[in-house]
Amino acid sequence: MSKDIKIKKGLTIRLKGEADKTLSKAPRSRTFAIKPSDFHLITPKMVVKEGERIQAGDTIFFSKQKEEIKFVSPVSGTLTAIERGAKRVITEILIEADPQDSFKDFGKQTPEKMDAKSVKAHLLASGCWPFIKQRPYDVIADPEISPKAIFISGYSTAPLAADLDYTLRGKENELQAAITALSTLTEGAVHVSVGKSGGSPLENCTNCTIHKVSGPHPAGNVGTQISKIDPVNKGETVWTVAAQDLVIIGELLLTGKFNAERVIALTGSSVKTPKYYTTRIGSEVATFIYDSGLDEENVRVISGDVLTGRKVSLKGHMGYYNNTVTVIPEGDDYDFFGWNKPVFNKISASRALTFSWMLPNKKYELDTNTNGEHRAFVVTGNYEEVFPMDIYPLQILKACMVEDLDAMEALGMYEVAPEDFALTEFICVSKQPHQEIIRNGLDLMYKEIG
Amino acid sequence: MGLKQKLHTLKEKYKGTKMAPAFNALHTFLYLPNETTHSGGHVRAADDLKRTMNTVIMALIPCLIFGMFNAGYQHNLQTLPEITKAMSFFSGEFWNFQNLVVGAWKVLPLVLISYGVGLAVEFLFAVIKGHEVEEGYLVTGMLVPLIVPIDIPLWMLTVAVIFGVVIGKEVFGGTGMNILNPALTIRAFLFFAYPTWMSGDKVWVHGAVDTVGQPDAISGETILGAYAQGNETLTIAGNDMGIWDMFYGFIPGSVGETSTLLILLGGLFLIFTKIGSWRIMLSSVIGALVMGLIFNGVADAGWISESSKFFTLMSTEFWQHLLIGGLAFGIVYMATDPVTASQTNKGKWIYGFLIGLISVLIRVFNPAYPEGVMLAILLMNVFAPTIDHYVLQGNIKRRMKRVKVKTA
Repeated sequence: MSKDIKIKKGLTIRLKGEADKTLSKAPRSRTFAIKPSDFHLITPKMVVKEGERIQAGDTIFFSKQKEEIKFVSPVSGTLTAIERGAKRVITEILIEADPQDSFKDFGKQTPEKMDAKSVKAHLLASGCWPFIKQRPYDVIADPEISPKAIFISGYSTAPLAADLDYTLRGKENELQAAITALSTLTEGAVHVSVGKSGGSPLENCTNCTIHKVSGPHPAGNVGTQISKIDPVNKGETVWTVAAQDLVIIGELLLTGKFNAERVIALTGSSVKTPKYYTTRIGSEVATFIYDSGLDEENVRVISGDVLTGRKVSLKGHMGYYNNTVTVIPEGDDYDFFGWNKPVFNKISASRALTFSWMLPNKKYELDTNTNGEHRAFVVTGNYEEVFPMDIYPLQILKACMVEDLDAMEALGMYEVAPEDFALTEFICVSKQPHQEIIRNGLDLMYKEIG
Repeated sequence: MGLKQKLHTLKEKYKGTKMAPAFNALHTFLYLPNETTHSGGHVRAADDLKRTMNTVIMALIPCLIFGMFNAGYQHNLQTLPEITKAMSFFSGEFWNFQNLVVGAWKVLPLVLISYGVGLAVEFLFAVIKGHEVEEGYLVTGMLVPLIVPIDIPLWMLTVAVIFGVVIGKEVFGGTGMNILNPALTIRAFLFFAYPTWMSGDKVWVHGAVDTVGQPDAISGETILGAYAQGNETLTIAGNDMGIWDMFYGFIPGSVGETSTLLILLGGLFLIFTKIGSWRIMLSSVIGALVMGLIFNGVADAGWISESSKFFTLMSTEFWQHLLIGGLAFGIVYMATDPVTASQTNKGKWIYGFLIGLISVLIRVFNPAYPEGVMLAILLMNVFAPTIDHYVLQGNIKRRMKRVKVKTA
């Protein structure tokens, strides 16, 4: 039986460059990259050396803190380079891919017959564990903890995000296998959220509770759904898995292969023909961006959506968790009297000579300009209009900034992840880096309270 | 090389030097900066703090223009026999060049001093402390000339502005960090330092002080002052002042606070643009009306004798409190200052309600200085963090309860 979740507070940001619902196969990427920075708070311990050959599914490195968490290669090929940054931190592990993948065999499984222990062991061994994240702290799940519930959002509301109903189509068996397996890992329920309008491949899944979500962004954020369904209290843990990663887990169970193939949306106002591509985790973004073509030179390529994604270069590689690549114009230009003249081409939460409120369905072409300078928090009451959780956003941000652990804990830090503050960051007139503030706050709590 | 490029070159040249903040302030005044996002979200909404402040200034401009005409009108009404009382809001007796000349001559220097001195202090602090010149003073600088008597000596204003910016704001770390409303800090400084220039019945009309003791002395009394003295009607140059005069603003008072009509429009504009908090405005009005009703009830019940010095203001119709004195101006433009007000939405209701309530309370019980709104807002500025604290405790308790329900 499904339950309805209706979100009222929020802001749907409509942007130009939505992906057309046609699917192409992206040209095979020459190199693939794994960026350890995608796995927050994980220190990699390399298993493979430069020049060694690997198969898809072979462990490349494991977590120094928890050695059972392994990270595997999305392709078969030769590990060509381990790029290092300051303090010898590994920034990128590059793999030169074979023309055809050969897969390591992890053995076919029957999810219905597996118990918690075997599921856990299987996911850990096959490198699928990193797809499971936990709250509090928004990091890769601790395998030793049994979560009170597992949350999966099958509904995307982020600007220009890949439409999960489209990208997951035809993957019903994989999704079901993954959900069945995951359901053994929690004593509580697996909560799956789908859009209210229907059509989601997740809709008819069993072994889980289906929730129908409606409302503006961030209705599709898993954090919003957790707070409405079963919020995290002190001492509790919930796990979250992104819907597109369920496919990989499911395929592993059904076929024994770690197949990092993924349908991604190439979107953004700078892309000539935004559409969907089949590609693999860690592939070069250029492979499909050049296939679609760009309208201009001065662009920002984002692995992820415009609110939470990471900047990559045109020669860069996709992030481990992303199923969207967005390309928008850079806004590195001055605007004459831009702070007081009427604004028609940008989105605003206020109506201060800005007119996006008059045209709620207009699609905008936003660039990366901050539209103002960094200031102390001045305006109050506006974050609350786009923040649907029962948390005081301004106060929790300030608690993080002054590193007041007691206040952070009391105000609900266990429930939040940086992405929950993407909208407040978007509308912030003081141009404060909300997501960074929350991330630093979570890191501090993880270190001090753990 | 265009201006844009020249400024950009200069910006790069002065980057990291002491003078950079001052230079950046001028640059960003002309051009929205070319800064792009680095972390977190890659796109940002259109409004920044400058736009926010600018919207408040736009809401204040009608009050400023009206203030200039009114300053001249009040002066001319009493000194020039040919001037007669304005009968409607669009009356030519009010909106004429003669009035504007006198008013502009008195009001514009106040504006210039306020902005000139205030921004000079801001720039100085920005350069010394190495922070950016922040926009907070844009609104304060416009508010200050609107809430002082027309004849305030400019040197007093200068001293007060320096005091207000330094003690009211910069010592706390600048815009966004202050506890008290800076404009009201400046006014409170004037009020306590130079009381004879800030209260009484001689300072509200231009020229009134100079004519003290002369046969054709100008009356410089406000309606609120008259009520506080127990006079139920106010006449200016032989003309009775009625409710509509109060609503339109054809009465003596601080430069920009008299026209309830324009303040109302400004308030609606701020609410519409979502820059001003409607919660604070509405709850302040409710607070003032409730206190007015209580006093009306006391007066009607005969619990206070008509000879009492509090009687006139107590028996003033409760809604008239919104028309006289600076209450409306304070509610719309001062109480809603987001930095010094309560920051939680629930807190804003309590904060605003108490401002309205205490304003009328002080008004009635302090005949020496009946304008209570300034002190009420400053008082509630101090209590705003306490209000927020208890609102947050409510949220925290709810969260704790969730755990107990689970374990029970």
